[in-house]
Amino acid sequence: MRQFPHVLKKECSGYFVSPIAYIVIAIFLVVAGWFFFSTFFIYGQASMRKFFNLLPLIFSFVIPAITMRLFSEELNTGAYELLATLPVTRTDIILGKFAAGVVMTAAMLAPTLIYPICIAFLGDLDWGPVIGGYIGAILLGGAFSAIGLFASSLTRNQIIAFILGTAICVGLTLIDRMLMFFPGAVVNVLEYLAAGAHFESIARGVIDTRDIIYFLSVMFIGLYATGLSLQYKE
Amino acid sequence: MIHVEDLTKYYHDFCAVDHINFDVSRGEILGLLGPNGAGKTTTLKMLTGFFPPSRGDIRIKDLSVAENPLEIKQMLGYLPESSPFYRDMLVYDYLSYVAAVRGIAAGDIPARLEYLAGLCGLSEVMHKAVGELSKGLNQRVGLAHAMMNDPEILILDEPTQGLDPNQIVEIRSLIKKIGEEKTVIFSTHILSEAEATCDRIMIIDQGKIVADDATEALKQGTQQGPALHLTLKNADAQSVRSRLESVPGVQAVHLRENAEAGALGVTLECTPQQDLRESVYRTIRETDWILLDFHQETRTLESIFSSLTRQVTKEN
Repeated sequence: MRQFPHVLKKECSGYFVSPIAYIVIAIFLVVAGWFFFSTFFIYGQASMRKFFNLLPLIFSFVIPAITMRLFSEELNTGAYELLATLPVTRTDIILGKFAAGVVMTAAMLAPTLIYPICIAFLGDLDWGPVIGGYIGAILLGGAFSAIGLFASSLTRNQIIAFILGTAICVGLTLIDRMLMFFPGAVVNVLEYLAAGAHFESIARGVIDTRDIIYFLSVMFIGLYATGLSLQYKE
Repeated sequence: MIHVEDLTKYYHDFCAVDHINFDVSRGEILGLLGPNGAGKTTTLKMLTGFFPPSRGDIRIKDLSVAENPLEIKQMLGYLPESSPFYRDMLVYDYLSYVAAVRGIAAGDIPARLEYLAGLCGLSEVMHKAVGELSKGLNQRVGLAHAMMNDPEILILDEPTQGLDPNQIVEIRSLIKKIGEEKTVIFSTHILSEAEATCDRIMIIDQGKIVADDATEALKQGTQQGPALHLTLKNADAQSVRSRLESVPGVQAVHLRENAEAGALGVTLECTPQQDLRESVYRTIRETDWILLDFHQETRTLESIFSSLTRQVTKEN
């Protein structure tokens, strides 16, 4: 039997038993809510589009903050040694921690479900982009969790893990807005690498397999790199 | 039970464990003794499968650690140095988590935890956060962690490090109790601890095994005998050397510089398992030397350890 559900359960209880989860969720709700509702009534549109536009950049900071401790803390205290000498594979450890990051992302997004419900009372809300937006947000959260996990596996210092993870996530989010600085030969490649563009595409309510493959690829590469990093450390 | 062959570990260019071979039988308590940085922890980590050796093979019950890591980890219980646990978790929650990862059925976990809490003296602190516990209780949590699945082999890395004398005695007696049924390998650099707890001692220095024998055999010494210390007056160095070297069983005569003023300090290295006090005394009685002091140094684990580890340093 795979052991990753036990690792997932332990990591989730680590988030929710301590104040970490509640602080991160509160910060996320305040920041996202403030930016979204401060212009919502000016535009006068019953739409969640502005909220989803904000998510890639907010996630670039919040998700590395969630994932920074997952490996760094254990590598620092030596608890990773205990985990690695239990009958659990490296894959199970990585999958358990990654799933905990995704669960935390979902827990963070869950209170925002009240937004579309309220907006639906105010006007004619198109539910397609809303559902697409939440699916995209989970995929984006998964991709950034994998990146954050990789950053966490690189160092014993949680702050360095956070900075590294944030740098990669911000880079992927903003790269499509900086294409003018790059030579024409690599523009297409960099455009495809941009997480923000793929997310916006899903958030419009268009579920394109290219976008899904993109997010799944980022998750796979992040988790695979985490495995290599841990293997190197061992 | 455990067969280690040509085990070697390099950290980049540094050789931490240097081609060591040993076997451990079922029900044996093996003490891995050595100064800091000798390669004890590296050896233990390779035994647990935490990291692979650069060369060599470890087989436990005919299973290779490299090829069957999960099966081996099921057989082992491991307590790393300084018991690094999750400080925010309650002892009960932490041990439940370990039990679940160990594959113990959810229904059996409470009974197992109750048994281990009783065995390791944790009953009163199961509801406390690990971070609130004293060092001694932390080590007990570590032992409960290591024994969770009733492993056939227990590997303990410096289990008494940082404990006060009372806690050390408690942990030692616990290890002895466990060792009645299990194979225990534990590392330490405290000689008295190895002497008090182990059936067999393996001394490691600079990655090499410099001694490996039953504790008593090691103390009695198979390679080096006891030393006789004398302080003589009215004796010149040359005649002392020539007369005492002629006593059968004396391997070497060393003159000490730190003897009292006007006297000559002499140390005799004797053949193992021979008591030369009588013949040395008779030899001295035939002369006009004045015997100020005469005693035999019993071979202790400290002297063996110190001579063996110094020897390796000199050779290098």
